[in-house]
Amino acid sequence: MSDAVRQQNQQLRTINQDYATKYGFRDPVDYFHKGARGISHEVVEMISRMKNEPRWMSDRRHEALDIFMAKPMPGWGNTELLNEIDFDNIYYFMKPIENQQTSWDDVPEYIRKTFDKLGIPEAEKSFLGGVSAQYESEVVYHSMKEDLKQQGVVFLDMDSGLREYEEIVKKNFGTVIPSTDNKFAALNTAVWSGGSFIYVPPGVDVKIPLQAYFRINAENMGQFERTLIIADKGSRVHYIEGCTAPVYSTDSLHSAVVELIAMEDAYIRYTTIQNWARNIYNLVTKRATAHKNATVEWVDGNLGSRLTMKYPCIQLVGEGAKGEILSVAFAGVDQHQDAGAKVIHAAPNTSSRITSKSISKDNGRASYRGLAKVHKKAVNSKISVECDALLIGEDARSDTYPTMEIDNEQVRVEHEARVSKVAEEQLFYLTSRGLTEDDARLLIVNGFMEPFTKELPLEYAVELNRLIELEMEGSIG
Amino acid sequence: MKNRKALFGFKDLKVEVEGKEVVKGVSLEIAPGEIHAIMGPNGSGKSSLSNALMGHPGYEITSGEAYLSGENLLDMEADERSRAGLFLAFQYPLAIPGVTVANFLRAALKSHRGPDADMTDFRRLLKAEMKSLSIDESFATRYLNDGFSGGEKKRVEILQMSVLNPQVALLDETDSGLDIDALKTVADGINRYHSENNGILLVTHYQRLLNYVKPDYVHVMIGGRLVKSGGPELALKLEESGYDWVAEEVGQKAGV
Repeated sequence: MSDAVRQQNQQLRTINQDYATKYGFRDPVDYFHKGARGISHEVVEMISRMKNEPRWMSDRRHEALDIFMAKPMPGWGNTELLNEIDFDNIYYFMKPIENQQTSWDDVPEYIRKTFDKLGIPEAEKSFLGGVSAQYESEVVYHSMKEDLKQQGVVFLDMDSGLREYEEIVKKNFGTVIPSTDNKFAALNTAVWSGGSFIYVPPGVDVKIPLQAYFRINAENMGQFERTLIIADKGSRVHYIEGCTAPVYSTDSLHSAVVELIAMEDAYIRYTTIQNWARNIYNLVTKRATAHKNATVEWVDGNLGSRLTMKYPCIQLVGEGAKGEILSVAFAGVDQHQDAGAKVIHAAPNTSSRITSKSISKDNGRASYRGLAKVHKKAVNSKISVECDALLIGEDARSDTYPTMEIDNEQVRVEHEARVSKVAEEQLFYLTSRGLTEDDARLLIVNGFMEPFTKELPLEYAVELNRLIELEMEGSIG
Repeated sequence: MKNRKALFGFKDLKVEVEGKEVVKGVSLEIAPGEIHAIMGPNGSGKSSLSNALMGHPGYEITSGEAYLSGENLLDMEADERSRAGLFLAFQYPLAIPGVTVANFLRAALKSHRGPDADMTDFRRLLKAEMKSLSIDESFATRYLNDGFSGGEKKRVEILQMSVLNPQVALLDETDSGLDIDALKTVADGINRYHSENNGILLVTHYQRLLNYVKPDYVHVMIGGRLVKSGGPELALKLEESGYDWVAEEVGQKAGV
């Protein structure tokens, strides 16, 4: 082994150690409230009571629990892994502290340190308009810049949103994703806690992103945040969501529901960089409704987790509405990323673009599952779907399950799908310039991801490249 | 075997591609400051020789030796050969989508200089070299060879050579696909790079690059063997009369 190779290996080891301290750590916590394992109407009632909710919400929860119990597991995706979920072994509600804080100084030190390590307060200072930090079931810190408040922008955790803007929540909650949509949307509705509530008044342009960070700390935790974002006529907002969790030997569940409503001429971009530990089941329902001439963009990055099943959806219900879904998934050792996108064209002159990029490494498996549906009245609509899969290693696997349901003839549809391997010739080209094979492969992978990375704010792009570097090195967790 | 004065050389080198011998025992030595040219018809094994010397895993060196500055090249992987000072300008450079020319070259140069090296001069260096090669500044942020014309790719190969400043450069058909202006620009780049201390091995089918980059020695490769060597006049004769006469001469000598 040459010195250069030895040095390289040493560097990689250092990076790996960095990972454990950066994301994989866990805090010993004295919870304000830690319920029992398992789910029942009693648990749902307890959550609702602790939150002191109006009766209608409590009723919704109970109703949703019945739906959850009655609905079978999805018969698609990765049924084998899905059936391993032990719903009786999960904690459905953990309240870390009694009251949410608006100053980091008032957040208990062990939690503050967690978010410090994750770089949240620093990011807040330098480039965010508002920050929400959720730890287990509840948001422990929340703050928004004063000028946004003055413009009437509402950015709260969902529990506060329900208390302070009950009428708006009551009118919109569950309208984009009803409890009956799927088993996990029902579960979320029954036990939801935390998440974000955003309302942007007509014409207001929120120029800097709002961010929420979701941290699971406990083992066998179920995190069920619920997010509702409403951009009123002609307004604009960019929301960023990040997630991490420590590494445990047994599984935790993250099952969020995210509903977006873009009113006439409004614009919403929703960016996710999830970086779950490998013992997390990530089963999330995300859907947006775009009204006349509105634009919705999902920028969805999926790293980590054991199994992710997530298909951000845009319903184009108003004439001239536009939707874009840019999704990347990285499936490493023993991981299955079943990700994709859905667009529903329900009005004339609507357009959508789906770009899906996946990387499978070792025995990792990435699936693209997509739906493009065009209703009869959605004439002159345009859809473009592009799926790109990159395989690294002989055991890596990629599948594509595209579905197109086109009910009228005045539609332009483009669909491209490609599967490629990191070519030996490309590796040779780069190594012949002095890059080690590992560095060369990483450069090729980063290049493959570039159409996604360039859509991220710089800080997140840097972070994502770093995460990919760690994944490529391959022994996280 | 080693002539201590030689900067780079190989001896009795044999190369197989998918089990087929394409280079059948060739030897050459290049002293510092020398330019050598290997000329030969298509399929003579020229490109296989360059790829094998650079360490392409698809080209297996079955016997022989190769060294650079006294170090055994055959013990090294391609990246180690590069860092030891060897460079290959490719005949058909590949596209690397999503990786900009600047980022790629920065990573390559850093690999040569070491992880803790100061890279603050990189932008200036890149800008100056691009200007010399008449490469528009916008190429720095374009994806490597992605959508480049043939001539642009060749110029970017020479750019890489200029930035990495290797001890020995193998230039594989660098003149092919270039119009006369581009040929001159590329030749200028090669001449600017060339010094008393480094060596160049031009691998080419045609003589025209040799009008601008003057070789000290010309070698003819036919059927996987270096069959004839001479001065620059040999290149001119090949240009006028083609390769058949060499083949005949060699055939007669060998009594075939």
